[in-house]
Amino acid sequence: MAVQRQMTESDSQTPRAQHPLREVLQMFVGNRAAVVASVILLMIVLAAVFGPMLYPTDPFEMVWAPFTPPGTDGFILGTDYLGRDMLSGLLNGGRVSLTIGLVAALMSVFIGISFGALAGFYRGVVEEVLMRITEFFQVLPTLLFSMVIVALFGASLTVVTIAVGIVSWTAVARITRAEFLRIRELEYVTASRAAGASNMVLMTRVILPNALPPIIVQAALMVGSAILFEAGLAFLGLSDPNVVSWGQIIGSNRTYILDAGFTVTIPGLAIFVTVLSISLIGDGLNDALNPKLRRR
Amino acid sequence: MAAPLLEVRDLGVRFTTRDGQVTVLDDVSFTLERGERISFVGESGCGKSMTALALMGLLPAMGQVSGGMINFKGEDLVTASESRMRQIRGNEISMIFQEPMTSLNPVFTIGRQIAEVLQLHRGLDRRAALARAIDLLEAVRIPNAAARIDDYPHQLSGGQRQRVMIAIALACEPEILIADEPTTALDVTVQAEIFALLRDLGAKLETAIILITHDMGAVAQMAERMLVMYAGRRVEEGRVADIIKASAHPYTRGLISCVPHITADATRRLDRLPEIDGIVPPITSFGRDACLFAPRCGRASEACHGGRPAQAEVAGHKAHSVACWHPHDGGA
Repeated sequence: MAVQRQMTESDSQTPRAQHPLREVLQMFVGNRAAVVASVILLMIVLAAVFGPMLYPTDPFEMVWAPFTPPGTDGFILGTDYLGRDMLSGLLNGGRVSLTIGLVAALMSVFIGISFGALAGFYRGVVEEVLMRITEFFQVLPTLLFSMVIVALFGASLTVVTIAVGIVSWTAVARITRAEFLRIRELEYVTASRAAGASNMVLMTRVILPNALPPIIVQAALMVGSAILFEAGLAFLGLSDPNVVSWGQIIGSNRTYILDAGFTVTIPGLAIFVTVLSISLIGDGLNDALNPKLRRR
Repeated sequence: MAAPLLEVRDLGVRFTTRDGQVTVLDDVSFTLERGERISFVGESGCGKSMTALALMGLLPAMGQVSGGMINFKGEDLVTASESRMRQIRGNEISMIFQEPMTSLNPVFTIGRQIAEVLQLHRGLDRRAALARAIDLLEAVRIPNAAARIDDYPHQLSGGQRQRVMIAIALACEPEILIADEPTTALDVTVQAEIFALLRDLGAKLETAIILITHDMGAVAQMAERMLVMYAGRRVEEGRVADIIKASAHPYTRGLISCVPHITADATRRLDRLPEIDGIVPPITSFGRDACLFAPRCGRASEACHGGRPAQAEVAGHKAHSVACWHPHDGGA
């Protein structure tokens, strides 16, 4: 409330320079769930980045008796069915899960923006071809398709990332196209064209910056879904066996879910909390970037 | 006499629609000298804006030039390549639009948007371009220009935005500035300021100005010469003073009599403002061989419906021509 009042005051009277990003930030900070989620996600990221350095136990090494419950014998999160340290697995697995999520999301944003921008800007034949390709990818059963890719090219980290990215870019392409279709008809695009801007400049420097808000929201949500997706693949054993990831821990311990539930619950919670935080952040971004919700 | 800066001859534009081809511009011709101010006048849908867009090479996708030529400094813009047109746009011919509220990109500062044109056409680096942007903002009379270049468009008023648009358009000191109803969306007081600004800057930079408007008052303030367009054709052309005093085409007469403050005696009350009956004919009939104004014209005869009137000099006036079968006399 306080933020709201402060903003209306500063905006209505003095036309003081206020960067649009600052306005977005104020709106975002006003959303409590998104702020809490950001803090949680930040902690998870820090743990994944620095954790393995501060806690250098090898996640693959058998260090103690299997199924040591959390908190006993100095193992904060216990050990799994092979006597491997769960905490180490969680920290190292976080690295992998977050990296795959981020890289796969970036990849799908890149493909999606390229397809959507070209289709929305040039219309006509280009649009037809690109959107039919997009629809082709959209109707493929995603899990099956990525399983095929992994099965064909081997379960390395790179292949898994590509597999996740390739099945999730269609939403970005459609959003980008829709935004381009809307913005290309606006007057400032014509004005830029009349000032001598080339198609490339119009696409990348005039239309794209204005199309970004919904794409950013979608990208944030996609990091979450990419993490989930990777967990799904890893659970099925279709992830790189040489690196540990959250999904993989769940997958390898799933037989013992009744005897030692914590081995499955702990990485499951990690996935849950991470994806939930990302979703809440995406939601907060959506509110902050959506011009209809912002009072003008 | 030297060749004019711009010579448009028999320019035709056609649209391909679902119902086939329609003529939008029909043999439009005019010339423009360096530093001259001309005005295109007519109702909405008469092809004023289309003429401007054709000059810029910015016709909508469904439109194409069907004939004629646009000679700009010895170069035919109809056949010029897209990359050549890009060099010309914003640099040698620029344009400002009707809606200043939406003509600026909302996500960049106005300084950056002015600098962009300079970087593109003049090859200036960022810093030099921004410095020049401040000069330009001062030239368009925006107070405290050095601070305002960091403003975003939504922080400016409509009049200020139109000034920024003018700054962008004049940044590269173009030979021609096309102003497509630049003040329609603005207050009347702001309108007068914008016109004064355009006149001053045009004179200083020797930029010829094409003003597109349906407002006779604006024409009287701004232009030396005017071109009256109706249904994609030029119906009358001449010096503004001549035409306001003694227009020859019934349509021009109608347009002028619609506006009270040019001719009206301030002390006398006009009972009722005259109007032109009817509306502009549908675009599908633009190409017909007839006077397209005839259905709305009090002087129409058989000849008007049967054939297209040729452009002819008005007796007693230099450089004043009209396309009408039954023009009004020069004096009356």
